Amino acid sequence: MATTISALGGVIRRREDPALIQGKGTYVDDITPLGTGFVAFARSPYANATITSIDTSAAQAAEGVIAIYTNDDVAHLGGLLAQVVVAKGRPLMADGKVKHVGEAVAMVVAESTYQARDAADLVEVDYEPMKAVVDMKEAAADTSLVHDDLESNVIVAWEAGPFGDEEGIAATKQTIADAKERDDTVTVSVEAVNQRLIPVAIEPRSVLAEWNGGYQRFRVHSSTQFPHALMGAIKTTFGLDANQVHVTAPEVGGGFGVKLNIYNDEILACFAAQQLGRPVKWTETRREAPFSSIHGRGWVATATITGTKDGEILGYELDAIADMGAYEQNFTAAIPFLGLFVGSGQYKFPTHWKATCVFTNTMTTDAYRGAGRPEAAYYLERIIDAYSREIGVDPVDVRKKNFIERFDEAVVSPIGFAIDTGDYATNLDKLVEVSDYEGLKAERDAARADGRYVGIGITTYCEVCGFAPTALSELGFSWATYGLPAGFYGTGLVRVNPDTSVTVVTGTGPSGQGHQTTWSQLVSDRLGIPVEKIRVIHGDTEESPMGIGTFGSRSLAVDGTATFDAAERVAQKAKNIAAHLLEASAEDIELDADGGHVVGSPDSSIEWGEIAAAAYLPHRLGESEIEGGLESHVIFDPPNATWPFGAHLAMVEVDPETGNVEILRYMTVDDCGNIINPMIVAGQVHGGVTQGIGQAMLEEAIYDEDGNLLTGSLLDYPIPTASDVPMFELDHTVTPTNINSLGAKGIGEAGTIGSAQTIVNAVVDALEPFGVKHVDMPLRPRRVWSAIQEARS
Amino acid sequence: MEVSMTVNGREVTADVEPRTLLVHFLREDQRLTGTHVGCETGYCGACTVHVNGEAIKSCMLLAVQASGANVKTIEGLADGETLHPVQEGFWERHGLQCGFCTPGMIMTSVALLEENASPSEDEIRHGIEGNLCRCTGYHNIIKAVEYAGATMRGEEPPAPDWEGGE
Repeated sequence: MATTISALGGVIRRREDPALIQGKGTYVDDITPLGTGFVAFARSPYANATITSIDTSAAQAAEGVIAIYTNDDVAHLGGLLAQVVVAKGRPLMADGKVKHVGEAVAMVVAESTYQARDAADLVEVDYEPMKAVVDMKEAAADTSLVHDDLESNVIVAWEAGPFGDEEGIAATKQTIADAKERDDTVTVSVEAVNQRLIPVAIEPRSVLAEWNGGYQRFRVHSSTQFPHALMGAIKTTFGLDANQVHVTAPEVGGGFGVKLNIYNDEILACFAAQQLGRPVKWTETRREAPFSSIHGRGWVATATITGTKDGEILGYELDAIADMGAYEQNFTAAIPFLGLFVGSGQYKFPTHWKATCVFTNTMTTDAYRGAGRPEAAYYLERIIDAYSREIGVDPVDVRKKNFIERFDEAVVSPIGFAIDTGDYATNLDKLVEVSDYEGLKAERDAARADGRYVGIGITTYCEVCGFAPTALSELGFSWATYGLPAGFYGTGLVRVNPDTSVTVVTGTGPSGQGHQTTWSQLVSDRLGIPVEKIRVIHGDTEESPMGIGTFGSRSLAVDGTATFDAAERVAQKAKNIAAHLLEASAEDIELDADGGHVVGSPDSSIEWGEIAAAAYLPHRLGESEIEGGLESHVIFDPPNATWPFGAHLAMVEVDPETGNVEILRYMTVDDCGNIINPMIVAGQVHGGVTQGIGQAMLEEAIYDEDGNLLTGSLLDYPIPTASDVPMFELDHTVTPTNINSLGAKGIGEAGTIGSAQTIVNAVVDALEPFGVKHVDMPLRPRRVWSAIQEARS
Repeated sequence: MEVSMTVNGREVTADVEPRTLLVHFLREDQRLTGTHVGCETGYCGACTVHVNGEAIKSCMLLAVQASGANVKTIEGLADGETLHPVQEGFWERHGLQCGFCTPGMIMTSVALLEENASPSEDEIRHGIEGNLCRCTGYHNIIKAVEYAGATMRGEEPPAPDWEGGE
């Protein structure tokens, strides 16, 4: 598109920061209206059990207790709404049985948090425990059922490619089978675990609900990434209209997908507030978070590549089982489907990709940064690495040989989806160049000759984000169950106020991504009004007419575009008004910080104040047919998703005596299309890569065979500290998308999608002298050390 | 029971339950909500404040244990309208995203620089490893502390490493 955007590449300090660095940001738990009742939950100690009795009398008698509720009190509201439930959704509280450890059984409201927690411990529940289904493979084999009223633990199996074409899939399988028969091919397989993770946003979730019985309205504050969906879930559950539910997400302390869900505690807080006629607040403790908030990942899969001995890949197969936990929530079974989108990555070879989604007696899994795409990229890039190693060809050469060639118009991937734009070889070449790949290899070889175990991992990824098109909702990605329009649009409203300050309202729900800053830059770019005079409001269902929140690296590409386009329309109108007042032609008007000017006539200018005054006092517009007001509200419903891509490189050193892995270098060359604020984009990459390193090296949610979570605290579940990561070296290529006016694709998840396999490939490379072919994540010292010992023996 | 302490230069006295954690006393009794609760178990550091000049995790101390102490929270760090150099550093070098860990991270960084005016990258990493951040990957936090250290020493801060400059 021909738009010239001067805001591209402009670094400004974040508008959000002055409040946040002075302790003046307001998070949900910072808000406590007078009369607030505080919530604590009694939770199940069993993974699979029948409840024979619940006795709340002792808890009821405890000091400060206001009310106690169980499922009997809320069953009439129905279960927890989700965008799509294929087989089994979550009840608001346990309905006679519990299906995972930590499932909410009773809700206590008390005068203080301490009293609520004390009373929750006094709720007496009798259980009849049953065998728990924890292992994914056992779940898929249906040896024992999670839900005895279902016929199988299998919820759905996603299969491609091409997706949705059974004949095409059969043909792909045949093509790959034929390739295996050839004499000149090799077939390499790896079975690997992409382990379950706990997202750990540093702000625990919190919800504050108030009910005004006079106006019949809910006022809700929640630490959510998706305020409109929460509004929709509340209005649908309680039989209200959209304008009877006002949800605000104030400052949100990290999201990463965990705050994208609609949760039972949010609905239950509303219920209690309505029952009690007083504000009700629940704030998650870190100890209960692994039981009250979704987990991510949790796959076991076999990846197989068949190719020639010189690096031409003739077929890729993935056979995965994905752990959904005990109940489906917002996106649950759709997460592996997001992986399917990018199952063939940047490559052109025939791909048969399958993920089977199964129930287990564990906490629900759902979107965690990357959501399906890190898993897909992990298996693809691990097996390409293993294949390259097997045939003895450099992994860079193998990748380049199998890339889809540069394309400026959409091409359909082997999985069956149209990718907007791509230039993969140029991107990987840039990483090879800026990293001095040849030099690094020489460094590695010299270290090896010196008896050190240094390795290089290099990988590529293809992302899908900026979620669209709305036609996806027909596949089950839909907000219709929340009483919202089912689609993937974004919203931006730009209003020049009478005093020439600007108010921008957008449908996003950010949790640290700096939308106030970037959106200000976009609007300033069109209007010329400085960013200091622009206020951006987000995460509020009453201010923003609609919006579908912040997830899937979509905010800039979709809501940002809507905001940019709205600002352009306001600029056009301002030019029309200026032209009318100056008796000039609108085409000749330029806008800047002062107002409108006729090009080439320095004396013919009008200040913003005059333009705004005329807009709000339309009699000044006379016979011009220009309507009053100086605002525009754009809804952008993009024709396709965006497809960023990139390449990562890690250099590591392994201490064979301890198994300790040190990351020596970490480099990325991302391509997220046009970049508005490079500082914010760099921050997203740093954080994303660190979460991938966390998965590669530290994090793992472990359940025992009875379904007890063994890693429920930050001691057992370590996330990266400052001492676990290096400084990052970032670069990029720019391949704009052609599906939005910004040319921007998205960067929020790219770092996470590209990084875990880069580390593992590097460690496997470092251990090549021992003959180690694969080590499952997380690569903690003991696991690496054991792999070395096993290979040695 | 009664506790008295100095909080951000102000004498305060309150009647609290003996089991009240210092962080809850600061947030709920004193309404100083800039200090955050991230884990209540001493791992995350979001609740870090200064007690008698030392950075401590205020979820690991009872309010009564801090009786008589001099407590400084994030709200007391700036000198009126003038930000502390560490606050400036975090703003200048994009040392925060969601901002939830930030008050604790800043309080730890201030104590670190008071103890060691020119820390190396490793010393900064080691100094803040008790404070967890899930957004930034620490890269720009290191840069922020380096920026603050340089300005506190009266030196020119190192240039940022993103494209587009200041």
